[in-house]
Amino acid sequence: MNDMRILERSVDQTDAKISAKDVQVYYGDKQAIKDVNVDILDKTVTAFIGPSGCGKSTFLRCINRMNDTIDVARIEGSIKLDGEDVYDKRVDPVQLRARVGMVFQKPNPFPKSIYDNVSYGPRIHGLARNKAELDEIVEKSLRGAALWNEVKDRLQEPGTGLSGGQQQRLCIARAVATQPEVLLMDEPCSALDPIATGQVEELIDQLRSEFSVVIVTHSMQQAARVSQKTAFFHLGYLVEYGDTDDIFTNPRDPRTESYISGRIG
Amino acid sequence: MTDATIPAGASPQAKDSLLVPDARTRKRNASEARFRAYGLGAIVIAVIMLLILLFTIITDGIGAFRQTYLTIPVTLDAQQLDPSGNRDPEDLKKILTLTYGNMLNGAVEGVIAESGIQVADLTEKDVNDLISKEAAAQLRNRVLANPELIGQTVESRVLVNGRVDGYYKGRVSMASAALDGNTSPQQLQLADALKDAGLLATRWNWAFLSNPDASDQRPEAAGVGIAILGSLYMMLVVLFLAVPIGVAASIYLEEFATKNRLTDIIEVNISNLAAVPSIVFGILGLAVFINFSGLPQSAPIVGGLVLTLMTLPTIIIATRASLKAVPPSIRDAALGVGASKMQSVFHHVLPLALPGILTGTIIGLAQALGETAPLLLIGMVAFVKNFPSAPPEGLFDPASALPVQVYNWTQRADPAFIERASGAIIVLLVFLLCMNLLAIYLRRKFERRW
Ligand SMILES: Nc1ncnc2c1ncn2[C@@H]1O[C@H](COP(=O)(O)OP(=O)(O)OP(=O)(O)O)[C@@H](O)[C@H]1O
Ligand SMILES: [Mg+2]
Repeated sequence: MNDMRILERSVDQTDAKISAKDVQVYYGDKQAIKDVNVDILDKTVTAFIGPSGCGKSTFLRCINRMNDTIDVARIEGSIKLDGEDVYDKRVDPVQLRARVGMVFQKPNPFPKSIYDNVSYGPRIHGLARNKAELDEIVEKSLRGAALWNEVKDRLQEPGTGLSGGQQQRLCIARAVATQPEVLLMDEPCSALDPIATGQVEELIDQLRSEFSVVIVTHSMQQAARVSQKTAFFHLGYLVEYGDTDDIFTNPRDPRTESYISGRIG
Repeated sequence: MTDATIPAGASPQAKDSLLVPDARTRKRNASEARFRAYGLGAIVIAVIMLLILLFTIITDGIGAFRQTYLTIPVTLDAQQLDPSGNRDPEDLKKILTLTYGNMLNGAVEGVIAESGIQVADLTEKDVNDLISKEAAAQLRNRVLANPELIGQTVESRVLVNGRVDGYYKGRVSMASAALDGNTSPQQLQLADALKDAGLLATRWNWAFLSNPDASDQRPEAAGVGIAILGSLYMMLVVLFLAVPIGVAASIYLEEFATKNRLTDIIEVNISNLAAVPSIVFGILGLAVFINFSGLPQSAPIVGGLVLTLMTLPTIIIATRASLKAVPPSIRDAALGVGASKMQSVFHHVLPLALPGILTGTIIGLAQALGETAPLLLIGMVAFVKNFPSAPPEGLFDPASALPVQVYNWTQRADPAFIERASGAIIVLLVFLLCMNLLAIYLRRKFERRW
């Protein structure tokens, strides 16, 4: 009860970039997300944590309406981006996705050259006026994703020829290149070594000055390092949401406590 | 069960040597060896069948690509061919084949006398029938196309009749000639003598690929020219109709249509359509395109339309399968950076599906190329002597088709046509082979993009 009031108060705060209310998601008859209310702040990194299968990816995909592509998926409630309901009939999901970028759980580069992978988004959205500008966006995005040094000499080679971790960073670069307002990252570091992970975390920290970033992670340490806010999901419920420091040092819900101390997962 | 076979005293710790395979391993290996033998047997049988087929077709048909010609000087007498002397094409056309025939007969008699050939009991008929009935018409066409030849003596390569040609291909013997109303041993002896004189030879026959069909009495002049052209025109129609329609329909069904009862029904029906016997499409074509729409009979356009209907399901099924095979993560990736549905399909999904689509399309076209039954119903079996004009008008001119030509020739009495039919089959097989090679090449080329 107390929690609810805190949540409701935060809904009224004006710096909520994304505000979800009473979100339910069903896959056919199975409910994957139950009564989720959350406000994701602008220029903040929010971490989603929780055991496997608890609905983190599902909720993330609701924010940019990627679940539209799954026939059996059905969503209720409202998710607002800057106060506008993204599930409103008038909203074109394509326009939404240009503003809310996504890095998927499994690396999925296009089977095209590295350059084409990164430049695709800017090209279809007309973000560059000429080749030089496009080159610049590609380089900046690849640098941001800590990939530039490894691929700068082979931009024309296929992106699918990279290693798993490099592919993941390529996907990050691709998402960053479209200059979204919100970046949704589903376990972006799951295939990365500690050095690349550190670089991506650095990137996330930089992105925070311009965008709001939502990151799903299975690493408590990573959540503690990069995020300011943390949401703990369990069995489709949003169990606890608050400042990262509070959640990790002083969890209110016993389930949160047992998860972060390694007892459920 | 296995437990029961373990001897009561055997201790579970006792280990068998790795060097001696145990009973289970031996059994597994034996069954694997048996399966491999079955597989190998199946392949050997298939290859033998294929070789027998190819061997009979090639031995029967290779003769069609060789033809016996008599090379003689023919004096094109201006007096007879152009009595008015002004080389007016209209006047030249008034001179009939008969005149040219007499001229050729004279030329043949001339060379016989000149080279001093003596054959006992040789009749006038034997000499005159040595050359093909088609030869005079061919000479006439040559002169009409080239009026300045008139008045000259030109070296002419003249077709000899089918029996003499058959004699050099092993189809006709002296003994069979004695019983044959269309030739005689004397005629064959004459041919042998001319051959010895270096005037008569069996040589490579390009004309088989370019000549139109010929009538029952003139197998030596028959060719697949019009049939190739007709098949080509039909393939053009199929290519320009079935491919865009089929690919567009598959993309819509696979990527855009919501999955519901209606699309399920459509899907089932398309699969059913692929199994409909081709003759049914022929009946449909006859009813709809000829009787209802009033398109001409025997025209490649109608054949092409019927074959389009037949090929569509093949193309749709192949295209949908290759679209389905594109991993969904690629679509997600495209949508995730804000591409529209259409952009994701055309920029990412379609290029990946392309090798499969091309292969399916070419296999569909190859099927259509070999299809006979529906073409019989729409009148493509008619005897066509004039080449159709260039497309698009030519699509409405009467033409034949390769498989129909094969069918047509196998119906004729003269055994020389069996050779022609096998020759046409060889041409058809070469076309199919080229198409399949093209499919493999395109597949390799586009698959490298992965
Ligand atoms: N396309 C789908 N169709 C049906 N059920 C699905 C689908 N995707 C996910 N689910 C179900 O929804 C629930 C939540 O899945 P989700 O992928 O959101 O979990 P997650 O928290 O991201 O797990 P992980 O950490 O393993 O990635 C799971 O029980 C899963 O089985
Ligand atoms: Mg997930």
